[in-house]
Amino acid sequence: MIVASKKPIEEIIEMVKDFQKILIAGCNECVTVCEAGGKKEVGILASALRMYFMNQGKKMDIDEVTLERQCDHEYLEELRNTVDQYDAVLSLACGVGVQFMAEKYFQTPVYPGVNTCFMGVTEERGVWTERCQGCGECILGRTAGICPISRCAKRLLNGPCGGSTKGKCEINKDLDCAWQLIIDRLKELDRLDEYEQIIPIKDWSTERAGGPRSVIREDVRQ
Amino acid sequence: MTVKTPSRLEKILDSGQLAVTSECGPPRGSDPEAITKKAEMIRDYVDAINITDNQTSVTRLCSLASCIHLKLMGIEPTLQMVVRDRNRIALQSDILGAASFDIHNILCLSGDHQQFGDCSQGQNVFDIDSMQLIQTVRWMRDEGKFLGGDDIHRPPKMFVGAAANPFADPFEIRVPRLAKKVAAGVEFIQTQCIYNLNKFELWMEQARDRGLHEKVYILAGVTPFKSAGMAKYMKNRVPGMDVPDEVVKRMAGVPKEDQPQEGINICVETIERLKECEGVSGFHIMAIEWEEKVPEIVERSGLYPRPSELAIDD
Repeated sequence: MIVASKKPIEEIIEMVKDFQKILIAGCNECVTVCEAGGKKEVGILASALRMYFMNQGKKMDIDEVTLERQCDHEYLEELRNTVDQYDAVLSLACGVGVQFMAEKYFQTPVYPGVNTCFMGVTEERGVWTERCQGCGECILGRTAGICPISRCAKRLLNGPCGGSTKGKCEINKDLDCAWQLIIDRLKELDRLDEYEQIIPIKDWSTERAGGPRSVIREDVRQ
Repeated sequence: MTVKTPSRLEKILDSGQLAVTSECGPPRGSDPEAITKKAEMIRDYVDAINITDNQTSVTRLCSLASCIHLKLMGIEPTLQMVVRDRNRIALQSDILGAASFDIHNILCLSGDHQQFGDCSQGQNVFDIDSMQLIQTVRWMRDEGKFLGGDDIHRPPKMFVGAAANPFADPFEIRVPRLAKKVAAGVEFIQTQCIYNLNKFELWMEQARDRGLHEKVYILAGVTPFKSAGMAKYMKNRVPGMDVPDEVVKRMAGVPKEDQPQEGINICVETIERLKECEGVSGFHIMAIEWEEKVPEIVERSGLYPRPSELAIDD
């Protein structure tokens, strides 16, 4: 899933303070799972903002909605008839949802209520960690199912570097060295000899480096 | 191994004599004297001088320009190049720039993560890794081509080196990792500073078991401690460094004013012992901001005088 974290409320107040009526729009997908922008967080943020503006003696109407998804036309369309009532929308979806909202409702200011962080997993409740950077050409088959691009601080395809100490990364002793994990798993799979195969220079054109990307499937396109 | 480049370092290693290299860190400013003074101090005691490339990610005068200063003094430089800050366009371009000044040695490195330096909020590049940089230089030199496939007019003639850290984890892949660098085309290795000699000798033994010492010249890295504090710092704070307790104790066991000399003594003893280690082809003396001690270390280790041009051409 896409993992996001809440923006500091001070930053949100600064974004919306000049409006009179705003809509806080949550998303029922990834940001709900990572507890940053689902229905519950929409409610908490709305209450906090109402209290803040009331204390400031400022009139501010705040409505709440949580859409099934903000990355699909179908669900965003649910706001078609009501969005014009608002001076602005504060979207608690990931950056994808915020942008799709802005594209669709061109005349309504849209602000992000969360910081979109990465694609990752829930290791345990309250702990989300990165697993994928969407490089567009998956090499997990060569690295024992552990991604050095997203999990090595230097994204080394032929690691580990000399900074790997007791299984941890040189930049943070709480961070696993991705190459230690790869080697441990290669050993477990009895495939440690594969470590000596040099992974060739990567074609990064399928990654961010190649410019904004799209996937077009003619077979399913309507 | 046959000589493939005009590198003096390569010729000395090929002749079977123990090579001696050292390194100088460029200044945090543009005064060339910061480099030329250090180099002048040690020029007669070493065969080549590495110039570090923004080491510990602290912004400094660039390695390439510093190497050119050495070259203009008639000293053989080794261009250290990290893949942290440059993509494949910039790496190839700088390699050609160095080759245009007939810089004949290169050390291919990953580079410390930028979070250790003065630009911790900066991007890193890591378009290719150090293993692939070795392949890149060999490709440019041996095939005379760019990575993109076009021909290079006057390809670089560089003796290709890399680092090895016998003390990083996991230990069991330290020799396989060396083998991987050899397969990538590395021709000389400069190791991480050696304080745990037993562990280094075990690593060398495993390297010899695979015949790697016959495929790559290994220069053992040494760094003299200036003080017990430095020994403790290296032990506890520098990633990938292995300083045994007894070495720290030995440093701490002498009065403060005698500690620098004790550090030199340990360094000389290390060299003396590793001269006997089969597969060690020379020494890389990294006297961090203490270059003036390199001559003493080289002399006391019996590595002086260095071979003359005539002696290696024989």
